[in-house]
Amino acid sequence: MTAARLQVPARIVEGDVFKLRLLVQHPMDSGFLRNLEGVLVKRNVIRHLQCIFHSKEVFRVEPTTGTAANPLFEFYLRATTSGELYFRWVDDKGYIGELRHNLVVIPANQSTAPKT
Amino acid sequence: MYLLSRRDWLRRFSLSTAGLWAGSTGLSKAQDMSVLGRVQDLSDARLRTFDEMVSAYVVRQQLKNEGMGLTMPLLADNGHLVPLSLKVDSPMTEESHVTHVYILSQLNPAPLIAMIVLGPWNGRAEISMRVRLSGTQMVVALARMSDGNFRYATSQVSVTEAACVDNG
Repeated sequence: MTAARLQVPARIVEGDVFKLRLLVQHPMDSGFLRNLEGVLVKRNVIRHLQCIFHSKEVFRVEPTTGTAANPLFEFYLRATTSGELYFRWVDDKGYIGELRHNLVVIPANQSTAPKT
Repeated sequence: MYLLSRRDWLRRFSLSTAGLWAGSTGLSKAQDMSVLGRVQDLSDARLRTFDEMVSAYVVRQQLKNEGMGLTMPLLADNGHLVPLSLKVDSPMTEESHVTHVYILSQLNPAPLIAMIVLGPWNGRAEISMRVRLSGTQMVVALARMSDGNFRYATSQVSVTEAACVDNG
């Protein structure tokens, strides 16, 4: 049901600081709005979202009702070695969303081609 | 020929379905109608002062309005989705980096929009996200540095359509 998309640069060389864009599909119901039948929609927002890389938390955000629906987060990360980026988020209903992305980092001594 | 406008049609439709719903759940009709007619009342919401917004996070530490930028549109037509990007001038090394970023609202029912945790592994203290605003207000971004001191940046945003009011 809940889906997410991650955007990273196509080519990441060791030592680079690269940008990650994470778009999570989530209604982020604030608990203040009513549906078409006039019934208050219960609050359901993402409580926390974390990004784990090499079993270390490298980014964490705790949104509240003030974060827009389908939240988009852009942040930076310094490239070290290849590994799996693991995103995990929990909402008020207890739903746990996950996204895994295999991050390929080119070692610095192998990057002979000019950077684009 | 008498045609119902879309708004009238929606209103009638929602009233009738809500009536059915109230009947089936045993709620009195009058009670349900009052709920339907009520719009989220934000008239008593007032703009929080800067001290009120910040005092929950900054107690005795230094607070400076420098070395940080907060970019938001001057006029946001739709309060449901307002782009926000912030940047802290920090080398993001082990000795000097940003640990937490708090995005605070002056008017929203929830004063804290989001709390973000960063560290030296991020390499650059730059974040973009999209927020909800319940009216024309000032947004404050508060960054806690690794030495325990705080920096902040503000942005005044005019909002034409608030995010937590039902219009229909």
